[in-house]
Amino acid sequence: MSSQIPPEFTVEIDYDKCRRCRRCVMNCSFGCMQFKDKVVPDHKKCVACHRCVTFCPEGVITIKKNELAYKESANWTPEMRQNILKQAETGGILLSGMGNPRPQQILWDHMLIDACQVTNPSIDPLREPMELRTYLGRKPNHLEFTRGDNGDIKLETTLQPQVKLDIPIVFAAMSYGALSLNAHKALAMAAKKSGTLMNTGEGGLHTDLYPYASNITVQVASGRFGVHSEYLNTSATVEIKIGQGAKPGIGGHLPGEKVGDEISKTRMIPAGTDALSPAPHHDIYSIEDLSQLIYAIKEATDYTKPVGVKISAVHNVAAIASGIVRAGADIVTIDGFRGGTGAAPMVIRDNVGIPIELALAAVDQRLRDEGIRNNASILCAGSIRNSGDVAKAIALGADAVVIGTGALIALGCRVCQKCYTGNCAWGIATQKPELVRRLDPQLGAERLSNLLTGWGYELQEILGSLGVNSIESLRGSRERLRGIDLDEQTLDLLGIKPAGIGQ
Amino acid sequence: MRCNCYIPSGCAISGMMSESGERMDGNAIIKSIALMHDRSNGLGGGFAAYGIYPRRANQYAFHMMFDNMEAKEKCEEYFNGTFDVVLDEEMPTRPGAVFEEETSGRYPEYGTQPITKPPVLWRYFIDVPENKTKFVSEREYVVEKVMDINSNVDGAFVASSGKNMGAFKGVGYPEDIGVFYKLDEYKAYIWTSHGRFPTNTPGWWGGAHPFCLLDWSIVHNGEISSYGINKRYLEPFGYKLELRTDTEVVAYLFDLLVRRHKLPIELAVKALAAPFWKDIDKMPENERKIVTAIRQVYGGGLLNGPFSIILGHSRGMVGFNDRIKLRPMTCARKDDMLYMASEESAIREIAPDLDEVWSPRAGTAIVGELNEEVET
Repeated sequence: MSSQIPPEFTVEIDYDKCRRCRRCVMNCSFGCMQFKDKVVPDHKKCVACHRCVTFCPEGVITIKKNELAYKESANWTPEMRQNILKQAETGGILLSGMGNPRPQQILWDHMLIDACQVTNPSIDPLREPMELRTYLGRKPNHLEFTRGDNGDIKLETTLQPQVKLDIPIVFAAMSYGALSLNAHKALAMAAKKSGTLMNTGEGGLHTDLYPYASNITVQVASGRFGVHSEYLNTSATVEIKIGQGAKPGIGGHLPGEKVGDEISKTRMIPAGTDALSPAPHHDIYSIEDLSQLIYAIKEATDYTKPVGVKISAVHNVAAIASGIVRAGADIVTIDGFRGGTGAAPMVIRDNVGIPIELALAAVDQRLRDEGIRNNASILCAGSIRNSGDVAKAIALGADAVVIGTGALIALGCRVCQKCYTGNCAWGIATQKPELVRRLDPQLGAERLSNLLTGWGYELQEILGSLGVNSIESLRGSRERLRGIDLDEQTLDLLGIKPAGIGQ
Repeated sequence: MRCNCYIPSGCAISGMMSESGERMDGNAIIKSIALMHDRSNGLGGGFAAYGIYPRRANQYAFHMMFDNMEAKEKCEEYFNGTFDVVLDEEMPTRPGAVFEEETSGRYPEYGTQPITKPPVLWRYFIDVPENKTKFVSEREYVVEKVMDINSNVDGAFVASSGKNMGAFKGVGYPEDIGVFYKLDEYKAYIWTSHGRFPTNTPGWWGGAHPFCLLDWSIVHNGEISSYGINKRYLEPFGYKLELRTDTEVVAYLFDLLVRRHKLPIELAVKALAAPFWKDIDKMPENERKIVTAIRQVYGGGLLNGPFSIILGHSRGMVGFNDRIKLRPMTCARKDDMLYMASEESAIREIAPDLDEVWSPRAGTAIVGELNEEVET
């Protein structure tokens, strides 16, 4: 039986102007465009990835939302009905890619940043130094010094390993498997160029990326794919993945068709087999188990690298984060409910977890209340969309932020949410060689670096307007944030005052 | 009476110290701050003086401000059982007095705002009972109680709590405050002073500078733009920031870094007005290691925004500016005397003939220390 689901989009072609060059046919990776005597779109297959639109030399293709497909209902939205129809046809779990697209309140947009006037002057970042440098890692609460006979002061405290970031923005964990090798290469090259970190995700590290070790976070997830001693040591930091904002409490599944030779080697699994990541780590059923893994990794890396733990933002995130820090983690990454994914059950992605803004505020405050805030760096993930979000996250208490979807958009991603199909027309979330080669790693790296450079300048402008010249004077400085259109309890949870109230 | 609004301020500061420990009366410091009359607006002035109570040098001198007699009674009840009060007396004052000396400045409004409506001003010389310090050090105990009084005893405020030192402050022009408190009758080896230009009505005597805790005193010209994080950084260490002014964070940061973490003062200044990374990267190895660690560990204590600050403590005086010197400070030496002020004229006014005058570089601490043989 053919599908009864109406198309989500319609593809319109201005045939008067179309030169029939078939470029759209070549570019469409979802099989939507066919050439008969002219280009004929199969609307049902269109995902609005905009590849054809971008590459049509005549600019004659228009993609439109199929507005009249469903009779209007504010309750039974087209999406609801489409999902039911899909499940009625297949009996399966609905999958989706990218982050939660639903219109829940975005708290970043309800926070505004302060600026200086008169009594404390603003600072011009074009004239004065404006420091974004950030160190990730566990810090002691105080330092000890001794004074030698000659009066020289010596530092007696040995600091745990610290990783330097030139900009407080790192790339999110996205695995080789979910992403193409070219996407991974672009991220690694950009991380090196911009003085920050890329994160392997759970799929191991391809040997082509070994030269970028000092800008790489290697991840150890529940599947333990590609985890070996050399992997752990080819890195700046190691991250244990417990959870992901898009799918808290849910494992992962890379279908066997994506596991070609290179992925097979990198993940250390036979080619063509499904790569299944269990929901929990099967050796972590408690905080003390986590602590053992943290220290096992520290042993394996000879205590030379910070070891982090990534969790999704869930109701009890503050207490969990506190436990993680006490268990020995040097970095805690919190991923909010809007965080992205290559594939997740839609019902989980759209309904589980809490906003990163609230989670971050709760964790930072909890660690401070317990006097252990210095003992770990906090990374904030889960839909950081621009440098304003970055500044707000840092003001709420993050040491640095994590960008995944934002980075992919810089690489060309159009957020069509079809990452899990393996058909990414932009060569990002696919393993098909003819698609992968559409992404030039060098060019991609340049675009990623440009994004970070731009955001870096914008952060410097924000710091300057705040009258401070170093990122640590913004970090955790919630006094510089004000809330608008927020209820009292939310303000309280965020630890900020409403706009209109002075200091 | 306590003002519930936050008050950013501009200001004048001046400090003088005899490194040989010679004690001088308060006339000179009053004259120096009076010259910078225009930098204040009559809404706050104050002084810190070290060496003023040599006969009671072993007792904590609590300079207290009370809203009314009930607050005083309540606070004395609190003292009962907390401390041994050896002596208590009203602060000697000249109500309604004004500054009448000649200065090189021409300010027609000199002496037009006599000091009136002071709160109840009382001082207590205090011993800490031995049985109170079994589990905490004596100074830790005093800090705890000062915090407690300021936050929990309604209408009572501890203006200063150090040994052989004291703060004299209030609402008015600093030179009039100096005369009001009879500073000409005290002798000190360190004097610091402050004239305030808040951009809002304070109406509260406790809000004037200096801010003191134990023997730390801070006078501060400027605004701490990083106040939000400095406050949150200090709170887990038990400091209660109740005074609604940014200056108190400076006093508490010194207390934390120098007294509790035992950092040498010059390194504490490196934490609070840290060198830039571009300069740190060029430092010789040992220094680079030290300053890098300080910035990594004490980032929450970094003071940002425009300021010049004079820190006083029992054995010295430290002056420093913000990292890019957004507020003025000039230093000078003459024999054993070290001077620091917002303007050179304020130093020349009291010491016209100087050995050396210079403007310290941004973020560089100027340290005055009592000679080793001087006992305090």
